Amino acid sequence: MIQADLNVVLPEIVLAVYAMAGLLLAVYTRKDQLAGVLVWLTAALFTALAIWIGVTGDGARVAFGGMIHDDGFARFAKVTILLSAAAVLVMGQDYMARRDMLRFEFPMLVALAAVGMMVMVSAGDLMALYMGLELQSLALYVVASLRRDSVKSTEAGLKYFVLGALSSGLLLYGASLTYGYAGTTLFSGVIDAASGQAPMGLLFGLVFVLAGLAFKVSAVPFHMWTPDVYEGAPTPITAFFATAPKVAAMGLFARVVHDAYGGVVGDWQQIVAVLSLLSMFLGGVAAIGQTNIKRLMAYSSIAHMGYALMGLAAGTAFGVQAMLIYMAIYVTMNIGTFAFILSMEKDGKPVTEIAALNMYSVSHPGRAAAMLVLLFSLAGVPPLVGFFGKLYVLRAAYEGGLIWLAVAGVVASVIGAFYYLRIVYYMYFGEESEGIDAGRSPVQWGLLMASAVIMVVGIINLFGIEGAAQAAAATLVN
Amino acid sequence: MTIAALAFYLFAVSILAGGLFTVISRNPVHSVLWLILSFISAAGLFVLLGAEFVAMLLIIVYVGAVAVLFLFVVMMLDVDFAELKAQMAKYVPLALLIGVILLMQFALAYGAWTSAEGAEAARAAVIPQERHNTEALGLLLYDRYILLFQLAGLILLVAMVGAIVLTLRHRQDIKRQDVLAQMYRDPAKAMELRDVKPGQGL
Repeated sequence: MIQADLNVVLPEIVLAVYAMAGLLLAVYTRKDQLAGVLVWLTAALFTALAIWIGVTGDGARVAFGGMIHDDGFARFAKVTILLSAAAVLVMGQDYMARRDMLRFEFPMLVALAAVGMMVMVSAGDLMALYMGLELQSLALYVVASLRRDSVKSTEAGLKYFVLGALSSGLLLYGASLTYGYAGTTLFSGVIDAASGQAPMGLLFGLVFVLAGLAFKVSAVPFHMWTPDVYEGAPTPITAFFATAPKVAAMGLFARVVHDAYGGVVGDWQQIVAVLSLLSMFLGGVAAIGQTNIKRLMAYSSIAHMGYALMGLAAGTAFGVQAMLIYMAIYVTMNIGTFAFILSMEKDGKPVTEIAALNMYSVSHPGRAAAMLVLLFSLAGVPPLVGFFGKLYVLRAAYEGGLIWLAVAGVVASVIGAFYYLRIVYYMYFGEESEGIDAGRSPVQWGLLMASAVIMVVGIINLFGIEGAAQAAAATLVN
Repeated sequence: MTIAALAFYLFAVSILAGGLFTVISRNPVHSVLWLILSFISAAGLFVLLGAEFVAMLLIIVYVGAVAVLFLFVVMMLDVDFAELKAQMAKYVPLALLIGVILLMQFALAYGAWTSAEGAEAARAAVIPQERHNTEALGLLLYDRYILLFQLAGLILLVAMVGAIVLTLRHRQDIKRQDVLAQMYRDPAKAMELRDVKPGQGL
């Protein structure tokens, strides 16, 4: 019995044991000198686990009395999370090492956060959901203030922590109301108890749970922490925030609304649609005035979450499929973009001003071209891959009967295109300026180029993720 | 009114009063003391529910450890609470408005509260029968919810690692105690015995 249960969570166990062993090893031997090795080891383990999960799993398994689901949806999300976390880890290693921030705890905390994220996307119980969420969030609070001598970094960590604790409180309150109504915390029990017309108490629970989750995906109006945290945290950590945790939170969002509240689709659909609408517009409009590229990426991520939520708002299997495809594409684009941001430096100091990119294309034509492709893709310009992501969610919203939302999404994407194109303008037609140095890390260069190439080559068949996402969505919604 | 009902209202009122005064009292040390009152009242409510183990945990852990730690922190931190309060005063009207609206909404929600059919039965089904409190809790925690228990352990590990990462500094410029060096000191080398004659110095 317990044997079979443990088998289902074997990847999580392996990762947790690895994190503990790594901590012990580094403490008793060379401490921070081992950090570089541990970063690469962790990334290798992430990749190995991603391949393992992607290749071996088939069918849906349930463990621990329904608390953990191992199905196609969980596997798709886990593979995306692990691969993006691995890419971000190796990408930031050089940056952190040169600025003396590379502590051996960093890769271990990321590994533990990954355990939390894996539990999040396969949670089948409100308590398991909360445990995964807290494990992930707590590790992220710590890494946000990793540069503890910098006021900005500690402020980012503290702000994230206080607001994150508040959102956890909201989520717990919603979970307790749901438990009060359904008499069980299992998703399968909640969905049995709640169908048709949702009573007032359950509705309150639903709203509180969604508010807590919206905070984690930084959807408007729960987005206030995002720009400050993105700006204050060290750039490699910002890159991490913008990728894997977002996938995990969106995965959790989809699982909760479909697995637990699947009987009252009409009730959450309107909430998610409004969250999506506000995020798309605020993300697009507020980014226009930004001069710091990290803040700009924060607003960009808010807007992108709005699009992903649009897929979810459709409330159909196709909507979940569109959301999964959108998130996979979003993560790939963000890895490339942050690889570029990490390589922006002047005399060894990191630069985050957008104005520093003036005439970048003259000094570094290759990098500028790659960034151009990525920015066009982020803006959703056809025929790049980013456009297909938007097309999927718009189609999902249209087929789900939310035509107004789809129209608003198109308008918001036109607004959003402005600030991406502004960076392109600076790079290609800006004024003469001192310019910035080329990054020195080959890993960043490689990931930037790879991500740009994927944006172009991927238009052929999206590397087959369409079918995988469809199968994943089918296991969640039926 | 039975004794149990009387006790319930007593504890419930003192939780609310404790919570309120925690927020509004002027002296932060008083705030912590009010907080302790609400912890104790909550423990009382648990006893009324028949969960005496949880009640004792609440007293031992929260009152005994957490609240005392709070007290130390409040006394040691050099924070000008008057200034913080003055800044807060600006937001009081807005906060009151939101609070009142929230209260009305909750009244609405709880006024029309219904549970799903079978919710009571589902709640009861989890609890092991014919066992006393501590044993039942142990059975649930280490058997049915073992995964959650282990995850909670991981969360605590992250908290511990985080506290160390953010605060530990290996300072090079201070003298540390070297226990081995102390133990291996040789009296013959470290000491010199001199015979000091009366009336003469060295």
